[in-house]
Amino acid sequence: MAALSDVLMAAPVRPEPTVVDLSVTDVRQLNAALHAPDVAETTPSWRVTHPDGRHSIAVGLDAEVTVEIDGHVGYYCAGMNKTASVTVHGNAGVGVAENMMSGTVRVRGNASQSAGATAHGGLLVVEGSAAARCGISMKGVDIVVGGDVGHMSAFMGQAGRLVVCGDAGDALGDSLYEARIYVAGSVKSLGADCVEKEMRPEHRAELADLLAAAGMAADPADFRRYGSARRLYNFSVDHASAY
Amino acid sequence: MCGIVGLHLREPSLHPRLGELLTGMLCQVTERGPDSAGVAVYGDPRWSPPGHASVSLLPGTTAPDQVATALRGAVPDVTVVDAGQTLVVHAPVDVDTLVTAVRAALPDVLVIGSGEDVAVLKGVGHPQLLAAEFGLAQAQGFQGVAHTRMATESAVTPAHCHPFSVGADQCLVHNGSFANHATIRRELVAGGAVFDSDNDSEVGARFVAAQLAAGYDLEKSLKLLCERFDGFYTLLVSTRDSFAIVRDAIACKPAVVAETPEWVAMASEYRALAGLPGIENARIFEPEPEEVYAWQR
Repeated sequence: MAALSDVLMAAPVRPEPTVVDLSVTDVRQLNAALHAPDVAETTPSWRVTHPDGRHSIAVGLDAEVTVEIDGHVGYYCAGMNKTASVTVHGNAGVGVAENMMSGTVRVRGNASQSAGATAHGGLLVVEGSAAARCGISMKGVDIVVGGDVGHMSAFMGQAGRLVVCGDAGDALGDSLYEARIYVAGSVKSLGADCVEKEMRPEHRAELADLLAAAGMAADPADFRRYGSARRLYNFSVDHASAY
Repeated sequence: MCGIVGLHLREPSLHPRLGELLTGMLCQVTERGPDSAGVAVYGDPRWSPPGHASVSLLPGTTAPDQVATALRGAVPDVTVVDAGQTLVVHAPVDVDTLVTAVRAALPDVLVIGSGEDVAVLKGVGHPQLLAAEFGLAQAQGFQGVAHTRMATESAVTPAHCHPFSVGADQCLVHNGSFANHATIRRELVAGGAVFDSDNDSEVGARFVAAQLAAGYDLEKSLKLLCERFDGFYTLLVSTRDSFAIVRDAIACKPAVVAETPEWVAMASEYRALAGLPGIENARIFEPEPEEVYAWQR
């Protein structure tokens, strides 16, 4: 029989998180520590307490670290994220995960406007609802929203996937390029050049993968797909009324 | 940019803490408008004692003691409270009588608020220093709003600060900019309105006052504002019995509301609400575009 100490030694290492209390530590100090070149090796797990709506928490991360934030955050949380995994146990303010490159950002509550704006890659999960302009100018990010999204979501989306398990507000996908949009609930209105498209098997398969990655229980069969009609790519005077 | 905060207290045991809570909220939106600020407090016994009408003034070059001397001859039992760049005058008369007497005795001072419950305090400077100058932390009452201004379209003076209080116990604060304010200003002037500043937000306040004077309630007045005004706005509008919020159709100017059985609070950013008692159990949401949210006392 193996000694208890041997069993413990063999168990996977789960480092104790480094705890940063923002009621006593400045956000800049936190972010500087998260930007340390060797952060993934020395302190890969972080827990942030008392965020109290402060802005720019955990922005610009570029390492395989995990950051758990206990409470509501302000603007631009996890902006420009690369490879890191950031979870907000609360609501997020304007522009959560804006310009994300890779990694995962999860908001357990609701997100304010412009969630995932201009993001190039990675996965943004909003378990609650996201406000206006969710995924505005998205450039490759995958966004999964458990609730509703506000008006002008995926405005000028260029690449990536937006999944909405609830309803979408006005002007969904306005001036869309190539991002794909899946909505389970109602769509208040479609924006210019955004149309409903056929849901083929490959779309159901990619949607099932996205829902699984986000940990959402929704049924892919309940969703409709929306995308660009591609009438605005080049100006044609016959389409002037569509602008 | 500009920052807005407002607090409508339902629980009377919190009334003594209104100023302390509002000061904390104001300081959190300082960065949104560091050039000047203003507050409106409803029900403070120093500024608006029960049974008294209250008028808030910007004395300009008139010294506070000159104001007091001029008013003592005109209004019986008048009290003048020095609140920094603003003076608050109250007396046991009705509101119209006091406003008329103040304007007659002191034609050069600017009346920035009047009513039975409201005191309006404005100033140029860092919002945190202004809160101290006003004595805001000591204020009591049932409702308060505050605004930090980052001027974009008119001068930085106390008269250009929000809140704009142009009818008895009314108050409007604005984050954004109206596009067609000059047109609506001309219409209101043609209808007899007299403006105190060239600020676009004052046009919104005068428009709402005109609708209220025409007999509409606050909710309907704000719906009419949405129909008539073009531009960007998050507005917090209050009267002695209502507290209301509306955002334009694009809704790019931020707003967060938190509600508990004890209070309703609104702010440009959540961080201004984070210090309120019971926030952890509040219902927190963002107002939808062009939907009027109103709470009654």
